[in-house]
Amino acid sequence: MTKPGWRDLAIGAILEKGGTALEFKTGDWRTYKPIWSQEKCTSCLFCFIYCPDFCIEIEDGKMIGINYDYCKGCGICKEICPKQAIEMILERR
Amino acid sequence: MPIKALTGNEAMAEAMRQINPDVVAAYPITPATEVVQLFAQFVADGKVDTEFVAVESEHSALSACIGAAAAGGRVMTSTASQGLALMHEMLYIASGLRLPMVICEVNRSMSAPINIHCDHSDTMGSRESGWIQIFSEDSQEAYDSVIQAIRISEQAFLPCMVSLDGFIISHCMQGINELTDTEVQEFIGEHKTPYSLLMDGHPFTIGALDLQDYFFEHKRAQIEAMENVLPIIKSVGKEFSKRTKRGYGFFEEYMLGDADICLIALGSCAGTAKVAIQELRDKGIKAGLLKLRVMRPFPYKEIVSALFNIKAIAVLDRSTSMSTMGGPVFIELRSALYDNPVHPLMVNYIYGLGGRDIFPRDIVEVGQKLENIKRTGKIEKMIDYIGVRE
Amino acid sequence: MFEIRWHGRGGQGAKTAALLFGNACMATGKYFQAFPEYGPERMGAPVLAFDRLSDTPITIHCGIETPDVVIVLDPTLIETQNVKQGLKKDGKILINTAESPSFMKDKLGLDTQKVFTVDASTIAKECLGKEIPNTPMLGALTKIAGLISLDDLIKDSKVKLEKKFRRTPEIVEGNIASIKRAYEEVKG
Repeated sequence: MTKPGWRDLAIGAILEKGGTALEFKTGDWRTYKPIWSQEKCTSCLFCFIYCPDFCIEIEDGKMIGINYDYCKGCGICKEICPKQAIEMILERR
Repeated sequence: MPIKALTGNEAMAEAMRQINPDVVAAYPITPATEVVQLFAQFVADGKVDTEFVAVESEHSALSACIGAAAAGGRVMTSTASQGLALMHEMLYIASGLRLPMVICEVNRSMSAPINIHCDHSDTMGSRESGWIQIFSEDSQEAYDSVIQAIRISEQAFLPCMVSLDGFIISHCMQGINELTDTEVQEFIGEHKTPYSLLMDGHPFTIGALDLQDYFFEHKRAQIEAMENVLPIIKSVGKEFSKRTKRGYGFFEEYMLGDADICLIALGSCAGTAKVAIQELRDKGIKAGLLKLRVMRPFPYKEIVSALFNIKAIAVLDRSTSMSTMGGPVFIELRSALYDNPVHPLMVNYIYGLGGRDIFPRDIVEVGQKLENIKRTGKIEKMIDYIGVRE
Repeated sequence: MFEIRWHGRGGQGAKTAALLFGNACMATGKYFQAFPEYGPERMGAPVLAFDRLSDTPITIHCGIETPDVVIVLDPTLIETQNVKQGLKKDGKILINTAESPSFMKDKLGLDTQKVFTVDASTIAKECLGKEIPNTPMLGALTKIAGLISLDDLIKDSKVKLEKKFRRTPEIVEGNIASIKRAYEEVKG
């Protein structure tokens, strides 16, 4: 990809939109992958609070899964889960 | 146009009142204290619509100004010396984010040893920060330049500091030709901003990390913006003089037309030098003065062409670069003349550090020495000092 | 160019007097500068203030070394300060004292310069009830300097004083009365 020259950049080094982190998928940084067990999960949402990348997906106050596009596999969710509903397995691509 | 008796500080505060900025965040410091104090009084008396943010340091003052400017406000502040130094980190942020704003700056020496009086070390210390810098000879120029600075800054999308000399001008009362409030508002016009954080429905990111792959391009664009400032200063000055009959360019030429030796000075000393030039002329010495007004960007092409017929130049610097190569104006001017086919002889005089007074007789002596240099073609001392005890 | 140096003590109003005189001259179309000695001012400490007056624009921005007129607001300053320093050969010195001009001339060892005296402290006490000698000295200065008329001075000072003492018109009247008295009573 050719990057723009200095004449074509926005003034003041601003990015002309918000939320650009969404365009940068960090899922491929992962060595270990969290696997969520719906049976064991009580939707206490501790993992949601602790996840540094907002990767715990929620609907109507209940956990529904993990966003692997951005999850870096840090394992904090596994550590914090009081019901051992998350286990970490080696990523296979 | 009413004439008012004002000190330099009062004149700058009065310009701020007439400009009526959206936000002023400031912290008082000698000798600029009055600017902030008087403006705070205008706010308290309801004479302006400004949101005045009283902060705990100059670092915070400029930080608040940056936030307010990014939000789309017309923003001003005032400081001096250590205060400007404490703003140093934020100066680069204001200019890098291309935010227009104006600092009313009062020139004062930098500690240590601690001193509250005038020299240009503070302002010169920030000449690489990407701010437009305008020096003033007296209160009238400071008043006029602060009003012009709003236009210049908002047209260039670069911040601007207007300075006057501490105590010598800041505390000296003189008659000022004031514009009316309406004239000032008409002149400065609608506030222009490169972007605003408060643009409804258009979220964007400001101050994002900018690494090896983009930073250089952003800086290159900033340098280009600085290049574009000169024509803006020229056109704003022209329009101002149409209204006031007071003309402003990058510098003022005083008896330079037929001169063969030239003194270069900025700030209040340039006024004293005019008296000295008269005396030198009475002695039959064809001396002229170039009073530099715009230090950033440095109008080197224009200066060089104004000095075309000059055989010998003495640059009076009220600060030193500590490079042992002389003061900042000397160094830059010497560099500017490098490509000239004919090189004038050049000497540098450092004077007035920490408020040491300079009299016409001191400058007449410089002129006589310079005449001698012109005649003999010999320079004994490239860098010398005026009024320092041996 | 006409240059004046004021000697006073912090709190006696040397700076205010310099500003008022400069303002009054400006009102008659003159150019002026008025500035205090650049430094911290403390109550009682010797302080200096200056006026520069001219019919043409003033560009010089240094201190005043050879004044045309020196004004001494407090006669005790003569003991510790060199009040005649740099005074022009044909210059004038105006002192707030009950002593005679010839006595002060001898005391200062002056030769060619003219000495004027006025008891501004007593005038101030009687007109204002306070020993602030700066405004009466303005009256005496107007008489000896011959730059502006007494009417010019009173007209302009009244405007300035009325702004400052909006709620106490008796202070304005007292000041004006003291200016008039000193103008009449200055000796030399």
